[in-house]
Amino acid sequence: MNWLDVLSGAVEQALGPQAMIYCLAAIGLNIHFGYTGLLNFGQAAFMMVGGYAVGALVQTWEQNLWLSILVGLLAAVLLALVLGVPTLRLRADYLAIATIAAAEAVRQVLGAASLNDQFGGQDGRFGFADDMKSLNPIEPGGVHFGPIDFRSYDFFIMIVGWSLALLLCGVIFLMMRSPWGRVLKGIREDEDAVRSLGKNVYFYKMQSLILGGVIGAAAGIMSGLATDNVAPSDFATDTTFFVYTVLLIGGAARVFGPVAGAVIFWFFLNGLDLFFDKATHDNLIPDWIMTSDQASLMRLIVLGLVLMLLMIYRPQGIFGDRRELAIDGR
Amino acid sequence: MRLRLAALLPLLFLLTVVGTTAPAHAANDTIDVVGTLLDNRDTPPKPVPGVKISVEESGAQIAEGVSDAEGKFSIALPGAPIDLLGKKITVKIDTDTLPEGTSLTDEKKTEYSVTIRTDGDIPIGYRIGPKADDSDELVRKVSQSAINGVFLGLLLALGALGLSLVFGTTGLTNFAHGELITFGAIVGFLLQDKLDSPFLLAALAGVVLSGVFGYANDVFLWKPLRRRGTGLLAMMIVSIGLAIFLRNVYQYIVGADSHQFTGVPLRREPWEIGSIDISPRTFWSAVICAIILVIISIAVQRTRLGKATRAVSDNPALAASSGIDVDRVILTVWIVGGALAGTSGILWGINYGFDYQFGFKILLLVFAGVTLGGLGTIWGTMAGSLIVGLMVEMSSLILPPELKYVTALVVLILVLLIRPQGILGRAQRIG
Amino acid sequence: MAAETQSVTAPGQTKENAILVADNVVRTFGGLRAVDVEHFEIERGKITALIGPNGAGKTTFFNLLTGFDKPDTGAWTFNGESLSGVAPYRVARKGMVRTFQLTKVLSRLTVIENMRLGATGQRGEKLLSSVFAPLWRDQERSNTKRAEDLLERFKLDAKRDDFAGSLSGGQRKLLEMARALMVDPELIMLDEPMAGVNPALKQSLLGHVKSLRDEGRTVLFVEHDMDMVRDISDWVVVMAQGKIVAEGPPDDVMADPAVVDAYLGAHHDTELSFEDEAKIVAEAEAEIEAEIAETEEQS
Repeated sequence: MNWLDVLSGAVEQALGPQAMIYCLAAIGLNIHFGYTGLLNFGQAAFMMVGGYAVGALVQTWEQNLWLSILVGLLAAVLLALVLGVPTLRLRADYLAIATIAAAEAVRQVLGAASLNDQFGGQDGRFGFADDMKSLNPIEPGGVHFGPIDFRSYDFFIMIVGWSLALLLCGVIFLMMRSPWGRVLKGIREDEDAVRSLGKNVYFYKMQSLILGGVIGAAAGIMSGLATDNVAPSDFATDTTFFVYTVLLIGGAARVFGPVAGAVIFWFFLNGLDLFFDKATHDNLIPDWIMTSDQASLMRLIVLGLVLMLLMIYRPQGIFGDRRELAIDGR
Repeated sequence: MRLRLAALLPLLFLLTVVGTTAPAHAANDTIDVVGTLLDNRDTPPKPVPGVKISVEESGAQIAEGVSDAEGKFSIALPGAPIDLLGKKITVKIDTDTLPEGTSLTDEKKTEYSVTIRTDGDIPIGYRIGPKADDSDELVRKVSQSAINGVFLGLLLALGALGLSLVFGTTGLTNFAHGELITFGAIVGFLLQDKLDSPFLLAALAGVVLSGVFGYANDVFLWKPLRRRGTGLLAMMIVSIGLAIFLRNVYQYIVGADSHQFTGVPLRREPWEIGSIDISPRTFWSAVICAIILVIISIAVQRTRLGKATRAVSDNPALAASSGIDVDRVILTVWIVGGALAGTSGILWGINYGFDYQFGFKILLLVFAGVTLGGLGTIWGTMAGSLIVGLMVEMSSLILPPELKYVTALVVLILVLLIRPQGILGRAQRIG
Repeated sequence: MAAETQSVTAPGQTKENAILVADNVVRTFGGLRAVDVEHFEIERGKITALIGPNGAGKTTFFNLLTGFDKPDTGAWTFNGESLSGVAPYRVARKGMVRTFQLTKVLSRLTVIENMRLGATGQRGEKLLSSVFAPLWRDQERSNTKRAEDLLERFKLDAKRDDFAGSLSGGQRKLLEMARALMVDPELIMLDEPMAGVNPALKQSLLGHVKSLRDEGRTVLFVEHDMDMVRDISDWVVVMAQGKIVAEGPPDDVMADPAVVDAYLGAHHDTELSFEDEAKIVAEAEAEIEAEIAETEEQS
């Protein structure tokens, strides 16, 4: 392995399916957190519900993939209603705890051994993306740009996913410019003020939760289609935290924040991974300091630090305007 | 998983080729349903021979076998393992062939349905012994769960107090609190592992260093952030970053494996009180928890510092204006909270074992306890944690044990819905 | 003597043309009866001042009337329609709009966006039509025009495109009042419109409040500044310890010994319970905070 491999590997991840999936999830979360100020810590549950609806409907109940995708998106609407009715009246920090708990409850139920026949326990569902694969027009040899390689199906998924992401960015740009978006931003700033002006805050919060949740489900569905697999470990609490990191890197309440955030996040996450892997293998770092097992942890250690430093020194994200976008006091 | 299956294919091919010349390997060529029938009324348990066990697939019998003199049975399934993968079989015991005077502990459990997922043998267990008396059994199960629940609740309460006190005095929802709990166990373990220190010394050092760690948390991170006027939501996300950072540093140091303390001077072998099992280790851990909780309660009620803490929780500005050094109170809360979390981590470790992320895994239960009791109140936290502990353990009477945490999480959400201020919290004035 | 004063300034007087009528509104916190109002009416088209010592329950009463807090008991009507248990946003839509003691401007929205948000019945506030600007562009234009006129009237037009968070405390009070007018309320309820406002601005604020009455709106406001109360109000209601203790024309009320008692007695004659004290301190803090926030912004 040489240094070019580290770089090209990082670029591949920065543009690859994973980055696209986190970008979509962050676009959804941006509506919740960035624009409405909802501290939803259950985004992973929306992703999971979407992905599992598709996986289980196709594999367990042998339904049509496209129909299942529609059901997956509707399932997110249902989850938003179930989750939102009790929690949207809560204070921000309570909302965070309630959503994180709900997400973990959903994950444990779907991953439970007693529902093995329906949802496949810890292995999850797999082998459901055949219809998607059959649409792949990219030649089987994959796509190569100099040292950067993408497998054929991955590239197809990337095209579909990134197109969807850009389309959503466009729609969100229009929505956030509208009076509707203004109400959401008003709620983020001070919901009592918005209430005093005759707006049904609860209703808007619910719309926001549903819309962002459905986009989260789309991310989960793309994740399922990309790997042809959904498993409980894909949708752990950490997934939500990573989506937050993506959003905060790009800057909350910025239309293209999630795109920039996802690309940067995965570039560095994978770059660090490859770097430390290479460094330990080439003995640049002696074994008694870091073994190759430990090298694989470095990226998350750095990630944790970055999240802290970002929040302390640049809460508005890398590109944000501090004046406008700093996350304020309460 | 699927990767392994893919790797299996050529291997199987090799085996079938080799198998023709070397029949000794043939045993690997089939999937067996295996098990041992033992009569648990005797100590040591006595083998039960001559019992017929059959295997069915979609209603049709495909194999059968009989337990041997040692009570063992091994029934080879027809067909190559690769063909069997994914199939669903039903294993049945013929209760008529059980020797006179023996029966299954649970008479209804004569069948097991298994989906074949790997090429390994399929272990099946039947409990043979006296037919259980349903009512006694229920009483036993309920009381055992209740005892386990109280213990879990006490541990959670100990772990939760720091979180609750920090929330009360600073408003911070600290997602890195789970890592404070893990810290105690990790430090104790490292002292044992690297320095061969005796358990008591390691545990004591773990508690002390956890307090120091709490101190460091406040002095190097949270106090400067409070000074900068960082918002509570921002601080909450900082705490998430800290949690991810610490958790991975822990894994860096102790690896991903589960660990045990060595030389714990408390026996694990349970006392049998009636039909209930309590291990002395659990019992004394619970006693330690209870003593600490009582001491903390009294301290908060009686000592100057305790009163100051309550005053700061009630109203920091009022406390400050009446001459209380708020920063000092908060620092103390961090030290005490850290030490309590560490203690709970060590007690958790000696009872259940621990790994680098157990604190994170129980964090939601800790949150549930704190929220249930009303964020930031000491009595509430203790009561809430006990309820959560009981609920988690008792729910496994009805639900599959793997879902036991879910109960607590669902109840947490319901409580937030009905009484956001918690069971013992007071409603706040708006505006 | 006492009987005569009672007749002029007795609490719970009926009005000729009441826009709001409240009965038996009680709210307790713990053991403390924060609000305990037997009967209360607001005369239409007049400026009514609600005064009283700190902790008298004025803000809580505001919160109850506008649906931001729920009373233990009580019923009240606005234009004859019952408002008990009605959500705050519906109260506002019915034409009863309030401002807050600690101003709630939307810091990271511009001044003009703050104003536009106040307009009611916006087509563009529907999720589905939001994407299609032609559906709401005309309405937005006319709302903007109205907003700009109001900004001009409140001398905020120079700040049109600044973030609301960058305004001074006094300007925030003005913005909040102007924004409330975007809702086009019949009854506007101002919670301490003068708190934290510098003397130069005060005079123009007074003018604005009077102009609200002159355009036919009803005004209810909470205030501490007695000069202001005397200057602009048509009717004064005095609260102490949750109860209305007196009401009447400004000069009569100011002369009423019961009112003087209410102000002095609440603080000096009786032992304060812990909750009272905490509440008073909390309100004082809120004021101090507001002032600090203001000086920070000005610097």
